[in-house]
Amino acid sequence: MLHLESISKTFNPGTINEKKALSGLSLHLAPGDFVTVIGGNGAGKSTMLNAIAGVWPVDQGRIILDGQDITALPEHKRAGLIGRVFQDPMMGTAPNMQLEENLALARRRGDRRGLRWGVTKAEREEFYERLKGLGLGLEDRLTAKVGLLSGGQRQAATLLMAAIKQPKLLLLDEHTAALDPATAAKVLELSDRIVGENGLTALMITHNMTDAIRHGNRLIMMNEGRIILDVGGQEKQQLTKQQLVDKFAALAGVQMETDEVLLSK
Amino acid sequence: MTVTAYFASLSLLKLLKNMPGGVSQGLIWGIMALGIYITFRLLDVADLTVDGSFTTGGAVTVMLILAGWPAWAALLVAMLAGLLAGLVTGLLHTRLGIPAILAGILTQFSLYSVNLHIMGMAANKAVSVDKYHLLLSSRNIPAAIFTGALIALVLVSVFYWYFGTEQGSAIRATGSNPAMSRALGINIDNMKLLGLSLSNGIVAFSGGLLSQYQGFADINMGRGAIVIGLAAVIIGEVLGGAIVGKRLNFYGTLSFTVLGGVVYYLVIVIVLWLKLNSNDLKLFTAVVVALFLAVPYLRGQQKSSFARLKRKGG
Repeated sequence: MLHLESISKTFNPGTINEKKALSGLSLHLAPGDFVTVIGGNGAGKSTMLNAIAGVWPVDQGRIILDGQDITALPEHKRAGLIGRVFQDPMMGTAPNMQLEENLALARRRGDRRGLRWGVTKAEREEFYERLKGLGLGLEDRLTAKVGLLSGGQRQAATLLMAAIKQPKLLLLDEHTAALDPATAAKVLELSDRIVGENGLTALMITHNMTDAIRHGNRLIMMNEGRIILDVGGQEKQQLTKQQLVDKFAALAGVQMETDEVLLSK
Repeated sequence: MTVTAYFASLSLLKLLKNMPGGVSQGLIWGIMALGIYITFRLLDVADLTVDGSFTTGGAVTVMLILAGWPAWAALLVAMLAGLLAGLVTGLLHTRLGIPAILAGILTQFSLYSVNLHIMGMAANKAVSVDKYHLLLSSRNIPAAIFTGALIALVLVSVFYWYFGTEQGSAIRATGSNPAMSRALGINIDNMKLLGLSLSNGIVAFSGGLLSQYQGFADINMGRGAIVIGLAAVIIGEVLGGAIVGKRLNFYGTLSFTVLGGVVYYLVIVIVLWLKLNSNDLKLFTAVVVALFLAVPYLRGQQKSSFARLKRKGG
């Protein structure tokens, strides 16, 4: 489904702030893969997701999604293929617009936007049902401005928006990091359900190793812009937090007393 | 002059006589405010092009009517000219990376020369209602009010429809959250071009209306248009919030924007009636707009600020 072929990205090249964020990173995802991504700060996790989303062009390498070379496509032209949820709950929704308007915008992700109504009656009913399915009471707030919702509600809405038009790939960039533990658990459970129900291919960055082990069918660990560990299937299910910490120490060549580098919080 | 003599010199009848003129002018500026609403509230850009494009609209309209065009056709071309002006600002901003405010100032600045060229290098061109068929004129104020209100009604309805469409929603989304809009496949540069063009098209259209109403186009007729437009938008929001409250929908917001223009001009009529020097009007307007713009910020400060902590002496 997704092929990253030795992509590289250096920020601020030739300056004192030069930062090699991705160095020859390759990754292949099969359809239906739900991959959790872990790694310390600056390992290149978010950079990888942004490269796939097309926030900026990569320096080298190719990005192929669903058989289509999207390396040279700007962000808004790839959007039709990719659903995204960001770390900041404020980032994924338009605060001045109603919840149903936000969902309708997402319903047309990647489509030509013409002079038909922005929200149709049939869509309103669909949104009502879908929001009801989330079990957060959002179905009664269809006409509320999204800016009035809580962070958790906004993140749940963003998640629904990312999946409402079946994406080829779902990118979850630490999307529970800014939420309180209870809400984070709820949003994570929702993510599982949405990925499962729609059979989505997904990449999920997390700083929580327990979550990384428990969710998805595959786990990758990143360090210095590369993937240093890639486990799936049975092996992943049986991983423990301690094993991950040990592996990280061995692979990244870092000695540490705790799992602080990986958890970094 | 003593205070009593001052009040004795004010005639209530004179005030009432001047009110209808304020309403008709206010409607025209209220229509312009609809254009400013697109950029200021929907796109979240303060577009200063309007001071120039308003005059462009007036100049084009007068010149075409003088050339024998029917007034409605002249207005349409004026609107097109405004669209182009907005497009230039949009291109400077999106394709050349110039900050929106600066792009607007540059276009506005250059439009001064363009407008002089349009008017055949004259600073002022008259179009007499006696010789030409005009859509509205200050000679017949009731008719002007009717025409202005009708046009405003049509425009508000068109706006309501357009910004409810997929394309209009995409423009609003661009103003509300550009990062999200890109992630949802919206070309935000194109949306800004579209919004700036539409806005200046409406502004030029209203400039064309004003030039007919007053019977001439003047090179300085657009000076301060942005401030008057902002005043109308803000007065409209305050009034709408006070009268209708939270249930105010988009149609209401737009209607109140036009009404904001009317209220602004009625205030001007009152201020002039109170014999304030008309040269001080711009200062007066700026102070009023600054006050209204500051209100939301100051309210927020009241709820949470370091100054409040200090007052509490914590």
